[in-house]
Amino acid sequence: MKFGVVVFPGSNCEMDCYHVIDKVLREEVDYVWHQETDVSRYDCLVLPGGFSYGDYLRCGAIARFSPVMEAVADYARGGGLVIGICNGFQILLEAGLLPGAMLRNTCLHFICRFVDLRVENASTPWTNAAEAGQVLRIPIAHNEGNYTVDAGTLRELQEQGRIILRYCAPDGTVSEESNPNGAMDNIAGICNEGFNVFGLMPHPERASEAVLGSTDGMVIWESVMAHYRGRG
Amino acid sequence: MKVSVFVSPKQGVLDPAGQATLGSLKSLGFDEVSDVRIGKYITMRLEGVDAEQAEARVQEMCERLLANPIIEDFKVEIEG
Repeated sequence: MKFGVVVFPGSNCEMDCYHVIDKVLREEVDYVWHQETDVSRYDCLVLPGGFSYGDYLRCGAIARFSPVMEAVADYARGGGLVIGICNGFQILLEAGLLPGAMLRNTCLHFICRFVDLRVENASTPWTNAAEAGQVLRIPIAHNEGNYTVDAGTLRELQEQGRIILRYCAPDGTVSEESNPNGAMDNIAGICNEGFNVFGLMPHPERASEAVLGSTDGMVIWESVMAHYRGRG
Repeated sequence: MKVSVFVSPKQGVLDPAGQATLGSLKSLGFDEVSDVRIGKYITMRLEGVDAEQAEARVQEMCERLLANPIIEDFKVEIEG
């Protein structure tokens, strides 16, 4: 399986993603510079975290007009697998490849810590190696992770099983107390209608080796690899 | 031509920075303040377009980049 990690000016998690794919998953991986316009040779694209274009104007607002994003949008519309992590998720929202927008965390500061996440839908390309209701411990690191969307779209996301991860307590209970940033409905990760595009605020690449304190992020990588292999 | 764009959080959209500032103003004794919304003020200089063209172009700039219609409203002012 061949991964492409898209690099924008200001990305800062691309090396972590590359490392996990190369050294832990032992799959092929390339960096894809934001000026590139052909991404057809990849089986999965990763939009990593960071502060693309300094997060000027709004997080992801300028990155979404990078030349590579037109290719990413075509790739996604054609059913290609795309995962956006943290700033990558914000870019997917700004690009309209996922619905909604990010507001500042209600606490008004940058949060960098492990959180617990409940897998809400375990029959997606990104979570098929998990069980529904399973709790994953993966870190977040962001200032704008307060997900918001209009009421009608929220209902669609709920009804179509497109809310993939929600912030929860260690026992899996979803409540106000387990919501680190004010995100609507404790949303930490969502998919598009085709489930081939996945955006999430937590960083699975920072929880893919025991030495980092958690290997729960591996569920995401193992799922997408199983999905790819299952499809042949 | 000088253009001013005011981008503000949409009514009904949570504005954590505005809420925190409201709390701070109240703690300073400004009890008359009932709401604070914090947005952006963008100024631009446009060349080679008349006011009517500028209006349409800036509208498009706001819709495509300067504001996010999901969470923000915008207002444009154009000065000769």
